[in-house]
Amino acid sequence: MASVSPTTRVREEVATWNPAQIWQPPSSAQRWIDLVFRRLCVGFAALTVVLIALLVFEIGVKAIPAFREYGLGFLYRATWDPNKAQYGILPEIWGTLYTSLLALFFGSAFGIAAAVFLSEGYLGEIVFKILKRFDLHFHPFWGKLPDRFEVLLKNLIELLAAVPSVVYGLWGLFVVIPLIRPVCNWLHAQFGWFPLFSTDLSGPGILPAVFVLSIMILPTITAISRNSLVSVPPKLRMAAYGLGATRWETILGVLLPTASRGIFGGIVLAFGRALGETMALAMLVGNANRLTVSLFSPANTLAALLANSFPEAGAKEIPVLMYAALVLLAITLVVNMFGALVLERAAAKSEAK
Amino acid sequence: MSDPIPSKPDVPSDAETLLHRAEAEAEKDPFAGVDFQQLELNLYKPRTLFSIVLSWVVSGMTLLALIPLFAVLWMLIWRGGQKLGLALFTQLPPAPLEQGGGFGNAIVGTLIMVGIATLITVPLGVLTGVYLAQAGSSKLAGAVRFSAKVLTGFPSILAGVFAYGAIVLATGGYSAIAGGIALSILMLPTIVLTSENAIAMVPARMKEASIGLGATTTQTAWMVLIPTAMPGILTGVMLAIARAAGETAPLLFTALFSNYWLFSNGRIDLMQPTASLAVLIYNFSGMPFKNQVELAWAAALVLVALVLIVNLIGQSFSRQQVTQ
Repeated sequence: MASVSPTTRVREEVATWNPAQIWQPPSSAQRWIDLVFRRLCVGFAALTVVLIALLVFEIGVKAIPAFREYGLGFLYRATWDPNKAQYGILPEIWGTLYTSLLALFFGSAFGIAAAVFLSEGYLGEIVFKILKRFDLHFHPFWGKLPDRFEVLLKNLIELLAAVPSVVYGLWGLFVVIPLIRPVCNWLHAQFGWFPLFSTDLSGPGILPAVFVLSIMILPTITAISRNSLVSVPPKLRMAAYGLGATRWETILGVLLPTASRGIFGGIVLAFGRALGETMALAMLVGNANRLTVSLFSPANTLAALLANSFPEAGAKEIPVLMYAALVLLAITLVVNMFGALVLERAAAKSEAK
Repeated sequence: MSDPIPSKPDVPSDAETLLHRAEAEAEKDPFAGVDFQQLELNLYKPRTLFSIVLSWVVSGMTLLALIPLFAVLWMLIWRGGQKLGLALFTQLPPAPLEQGGGFGNAIVGTLIMVGIATLITVPLGVLTGVYLAQAGSSKLAGAVRFSAKVLTGFPSILAGVFAYGAIVLATGGYSAIAGGIALSILMLPTIVLTSENAIAMVPARMKEASIGLGATTTQTAWMVLIPTAMPGILTGVMLAIARAAGETAPLLFTALFSNYWLFSNGRIDLMQPTASLAVLIYNFSGMPFKNQVELAWAAALVLVALVLIVNLIGQSFSRQQVTQ
């Protein structure tokens, strides 16, 4: 396909027009079409807002019977027994928050480290030093490698965010669990008195779920943090170096505080993703209705509960599950709105500079 | 009565003298007063040591973070590649304990459901993008933008719950249509936000020229804005398709799964349970049979290849984007 610039394309298009047609004002049919099209655009745009309202409404209405029957006690009871028709989702709420917060801690630590690594040009420096060994650092082709490697690594990490969660779940199930099981069981045998290690890992459990979840949210955190680190005005960095700050005094004292709003927004969005993440957790967390702090014990999360119970739910269980879905919806909506607001503020602030 | 400010004999009161003296000194030794020992990159200096150690820590952490990320891809190629063959794409999923088999129907199912979702979301999303790019900062535009951003982080399982309540319960059965609608909720925000961006990037002079020629808003949108922003819009569509193709949670109880082809007697029936690659991976990974687990790995490889290829196509479009 020959790449014709759009301007030329428009010019060619205009040349074929009949001047007599252009010099007329729009006909009434054209004006009518215009009106309809504009209304259509507004209508479609409004649909996006309506969609959110509809999502909340649909799930809310279906949850009403369960809400009437179980009330707010649903949120703090720990039994889930379809036979006795007793339902409570405290273990699921706890499991959701526990796994997400742990994954967020590891994901942020490693994600921000990777963002600093990518934005400070460490990789470029390493490649440059290697090229210097071979005296190729100003070579027309090899000299470009440091920059290219940086872009490549950044794109690769962003591409990994696109790997479907069910694939991460499969990997966790057949690679991570067998790999960490001996370590976990040794820890349990040696330090079993410690609450975090109080059970052994017999298969799926919280730790493998947290491990895989941290890896899944890492690309999000890295991409957003790197963006905000790169958009710190260069004069701030130069000023810090000019005052005699070392590289890490600059990073910790100037760059990270300046980019903190963007990084924080990214972390909140990643938290939202971790809370709503379904498949990897449904496969790895063990699907056990248990209230525990032990890292090796199976547990459950709200999203995993929905994924596992919905397909075989009876007519009586559906409203209960809708109620659980409503709780998940409320938690994630609050977190996501907060994240969107923080990022919006950060963008407005950096534009004002 | 003495002078309130005691005058020091070696400090000249005249600024000019001071400047001259500094210049003369700088000529003699430009680095007078600089402590070179202090500036040296010396491991015994706590400041530099701190900096170097943290550099190593960050490099090490990045390396640690990259190992699992690439281990996933490596395991996919290694374990999924073993079974890769033509039969996978033409045969139906095997029953338990049966050998061989494939997931041809799951690939077709994924394509059809993503196709349905694309048909729904592209007109909706692109026209919303047109509206947002034109409307600037009106109240509705702000609300739409905010909702789209909130929808980006919407848990995929809830899209499934919604489609279950709104469509599966209403039509009385699991279907490809319900699956497609669930996926479209997840595709919409990506398409809206990227097409708004792409259309806002169209040079203002082109839009103004079109209006100046007497074109209506509709003509400007169809003949100038959308064609010029097409690469950017296509990037968004491709990213959304890539995301939807990998989604499992919204399909679990909207499209369910099926061991058979969608078309029977030469007709495609969209109102029946439909297989998809993602749900196949989920179902087969939980089975205790070796053949099924191997098929799950092969399906994961095919799915990731599909998602990454669509992603790369999208990124190649974005390089053709015209900017101001």
